[in-house]
Amino acid sequence: MAAESSPKIAIVDENPIRAAILEEGLREAGFSAVEHVGEMNNLLARIYQIDPDVILIDLENPSRDVLEQMFQVSRAVRRPIAMFVDQSDAASIQASVDAGVSAYIVDGFRKERIKSIIDLCISRFNAFAKLQDELERTKTALEERKVIDRAKGILMKAKGLSEEEAYVLMRSTAMREKKKIAEIAQSIITASELLR
Amino acid sequence: MMDNKSGSRTPLRIGFIPLVDAAALLVAVDRGFARAEGLDVTLHREVSWSNVRDKLNLGLFDAAHLLAPVAIASSLGLGHVKVPIVAPFTLGVNGNAITVSPALHAAIMAEMDGDPLNPLATAQALLRVVTARKKAGAEPLVFGMTFPFSTHNYQLRFWMAAGGVDPDEDVRLVVLPPPYMVESLASGHVDAFCVGAPWNSAAVDLGVGHILHFVSDILARAAEKVLAARQPWAEKNPDVLAALIRAHDRAAQFIETPDNRAEAAAILAKPEFIDIDAEVIRRTLDGRLKISPDGKVRESSRYLLVGREGAARPDPVQAAWLYAQMVRWGQAPLSEASLAIAAGVFRPDLYDAATGKTVPTAPQLADGVGAFAGPPFDPSAITKHLDSFPIRRR
Repeated sequence: MAAESSPKIAIVDENPIRAAILEEGLREAGFSAVEHVGEMNNLLARIYQIDPDVILIDLENPSRDVLEQMFQVSRAVRRPIAMFVDQSDAASIQASVDAGVSAYIVDGFRKERIKSIIDLCISRFNAFAKLQDELERTKTALEERKVIDRAKGILMKAKGLSEEEAYVLMRSTAMREKKKIAEIAQSIITASELLR
Repeated sequence: MMDNKSGSRTPLRIGFIPLVDAAALLVAVDRGFARAEGLDVTLHREVSWSNVRDKLNLGLFDAAHLLAPVAIASSLGLGHVKVPIVAPFTLGVNGNAITVSPALHAAIMAEMDGDPLNPLATAQALLRVVTARKKAGAEPLVFGMTFPFSTHNYQLRFWMAAGGVDPDEDVRLVVLPPPYMVESLASGHVDAFCVGAPWNSAAVDLGVGHILHFVSDILARAAEKVLAARQPWAEKNPDVLAALIRAHDRAAQFIETPDNRAEAAAILAKPEFIDIDAEVIRRTLDGRLKISPDGKVRESSRYLLVGREGAARPDPVQAAWLYAQMVRWGQAPLSEASLAIAAGVFRPDLYDAATGKTVPTAPQLADGVGAFAGPPFDPSAITKHLDSFPIRRR
């Protein structure tokens, strides 16, 4: 779509995976000139070197304040840059803040074009957050599984139970105390370490 | 507000940056002063002033710990979307310091003609260092500060310009997030910085910096951070805001009571707040700072004011001074209307009404600012005032 004059887009993100997801999305949408900046030292110099039309930065990045400097009139800046703030489109700003991304554009950049970039950004950032969430959940589940297995072993040895009986005992205790099985399992491990 | 029938509390979301001058806010929440006022505050730690500003502007925060100049810039729509802000409580007066690398410290001291605590003497020494570097074809010195609209920016500029150093021509001023300051000084990316606590102490403790000035050397009194809220929100929720101001006022009094300092420092040091050694925070609250790696200590009763000497009561003269700096350095055009908006951001009336303190603390300074150079500040004659400074961008 933007083949005739693809705007230059700089992605400022210390997270290489998220940056890659976003970059891929932008390329698929026809934005071919995408640069990733993952190193925050000398950020402004790097940005001036790229001379982008659009800068995308994640909100967890303290270097957002460094970019704010570009609003200032300075000889170092070749082209004035403004943050994408369209007061008529509060929903879009809200969505981008919720997703954790903000955009800076060169003054005069066409509004319709930035809109599609921002929307893409929001969906890719949300997709990444979902992915990370799932990863986190899987990791927790794996760890809980390990704790439960260890506690089961302790119970089997201490009380001469079968694996099935050990698990049932933990589960019924968890239900009675309104706790998660993993919490009961952790208590068993802690207690056995104390009593060792 | 506490609803007496149901006993429910008003939920509030308040943003902050992990700095010692968020003390009144953090203590108000942690020590229960906000709860006692019927408020259920959720604190949100942020990583950049841009985030704090945007989330306040969008209404994701009800209030925020904010750089005083950002509250004014937002109200004027400078560099960003225009959102009227009110500042009914000053969280901190002063509290910053200028820290320089050991190499720059040695260079300034070698050129020093006078008392190194006198900012005019250090600024003139800086001019000689800068001139010599220019002759030698060296790169310009780089000074880090926290935000374009920050007291740090204006304090650095005011100081060096008084000695004849043009902050835009002779050196480079760059924005650096506070957590990156120390590392940047150590790695030589910057030669000096102006930042709030605890970062100056962190640089000294690591042996990579000397504290050259407390900013109270430059201005006796400078409003640094404010409690900020959107004006429409403040108008819609006057009782909630008054309760919040009272909670802050009680917290500030608590912090300023010497017997409570250890407890206050321990609260601020918590991992979810500033997450740094309580002893370092204590130094800031006490105004007793190690200023050089060899262990030299400097004490000042003006280092950081959290409520004492009437510091909590917003002073519109302070807001006018900050606006004058925006004009001086080309960030804002000068107009009577803008001056009135800027001064109107600081709301002593809201502070007085909430706290019931009818007699404002008498100002200790003739002009309310007490700058080390230039004529006394006169908000009614800003043009004349600024014209008296040869280095300026207007």
